[in-house]
Amino acid sequence: MTPEALAVGPMVPEQFTLAAKRRHTADTWTLELEPPAGGRARFAPGQFTMLAAFGSGEVPISISGDPGDDGRLVQTVRAVGPATRAICNAREGDALQVRGPFGRPWPLANLAGADVLVLAGGIGLPPLRPAILALLADRPRYGRLSLLYGSRSPDQLLYPQEIERWSAGGLEVELTVDSGGPEWLGHVGVVPRLVHRAELDPRATVAMLCGPEVMIRFAVVALLERGIGAERVYVSMERNMQCGIGHCGHCQLGPTLLCRDGPVYAWSDLERWLAIREL
Amino acid sequence: MQTLHELMTRSPVFAGLQEAHLELIAGCAVNQRFAAGSYLFHEGHPADRFYLIRAGSIALEVSVPGHGSHVLETLGEGEVVGWSWLFEPYRWQFDGRAVTSTGVLAFDGACLRGKCDSDHELGYELMRRFAASMLARLQATRLQLLDVYGGVDDA
Repeated sequence: MTPEALAVGPMVPEQFTLAAKRRHTADTWTLELEPPAGGRARFAPGQFTMLAAFGSGEVPISISGDPGDDGRLVQTVRAVGPATRAICNAREGDALQVRGPFGRPWPLANLAGADVLVLAGGIGLPPLRPAILALLADRPRYGRLSLLYGSRSPDQLLYPQEIERWSAGGLEVELTVDSGGPEWLGHVGVVPRLVHRAELDPRATVAMLCGPEVMIRFAVVALLERGIGAERVYVSMERNMQCGIGHCGHCQLGPTLLCRDGPVYAWSDLERWLAIREL
Repeated sequence: MQTLHELMTRSPVFAGLQEAHLELIAGCAVNQRFAAGSYLFHEGHPADRFYLIRAGSIALEVSVPGHGSHVLETLGEGEVVGWSWLFEPYRWQFDGRAVTSTGVLAFDGACLRGKCDSDHELGYELMRRFAASMLARLQATRLQLLDVYGGVDDA
């Protein structure tokens, strides 16, 4: 954010310039956005922005960049509707509107010495990428680092070359897909199945999850069955965020507003409210 | 070197069984190794065995005419492969292929069925454990069918 933007407040978007874009799958892109002059793209892993192509509406998008590099804002976007399609259709040099960053980040500051188990499904990996990069950048500070990542098919897995580098850098990686041909040498099945197979010390492990809410629910059940306490399981939630600062109430879940108090929560703080279907 | 008992009880399917029952089951087991890409069994063939994976992984596949093989699920260390030996007509429903070099304990199903028939307590314990394995796999299959990675429109 520039000093000017800080002065006018969080409801006024800034114009970032699309400096580069890279396609991952048929509908998913990573965008590199240049801040306005004098601005930096500072954020904490797990935070999100409200992003918009002019005239097409804002959407909450997690920041997927390296927290050690605040030169550009990096966001991975899946085109699933008019707003995200307009963002993904932007061309290099176009301006995009950005508010934020917003939200409570992953609890990396509290993880010294812990084994960290990262679970991601589909487009749930980008919000975890900054956390993974931060963990690997300070590798000796942590115990065992593992990633369980699932997707619909092998060609839908995001960042495949980067995942190989993470693996070489000390991250144990297990990949699974819902459907794979005989050439696929990874797992076929859902992420919760990997939880049951994973070697882990439940007392030393902290889990961080992001993905479809149904996957999260079943994966958390598997983690709790493995003996990891609910207070050591962190999830990033996605609901109908609109203002990003806790004013509009659209993303309310029980007593909490996901954009302001989340999107990252300890499962022990959230499970009671997720069990109420009407919320 | 680990005994058959030790290898067996590392799997939840056999963990906690009384010693006499482990002895009976181990009497029906042999160690086997399958090279990567080789098949343990084929759809429609007699299902006279089941397997406990010691190391490696096994893909359950179905052959789709004109499209080759489609992998339904992979199973890994400590998991049991094969239920068809328990139920008539004792035929494999899918193909089973070693994804990597895979070590297994292979159990003679016909031998074990006979022991279960004559020792109902053993039969009950095994059925209870296989049912738990089936339940876990059924629930995972239901989740897989949901296609949870499909996008939600942002309109």
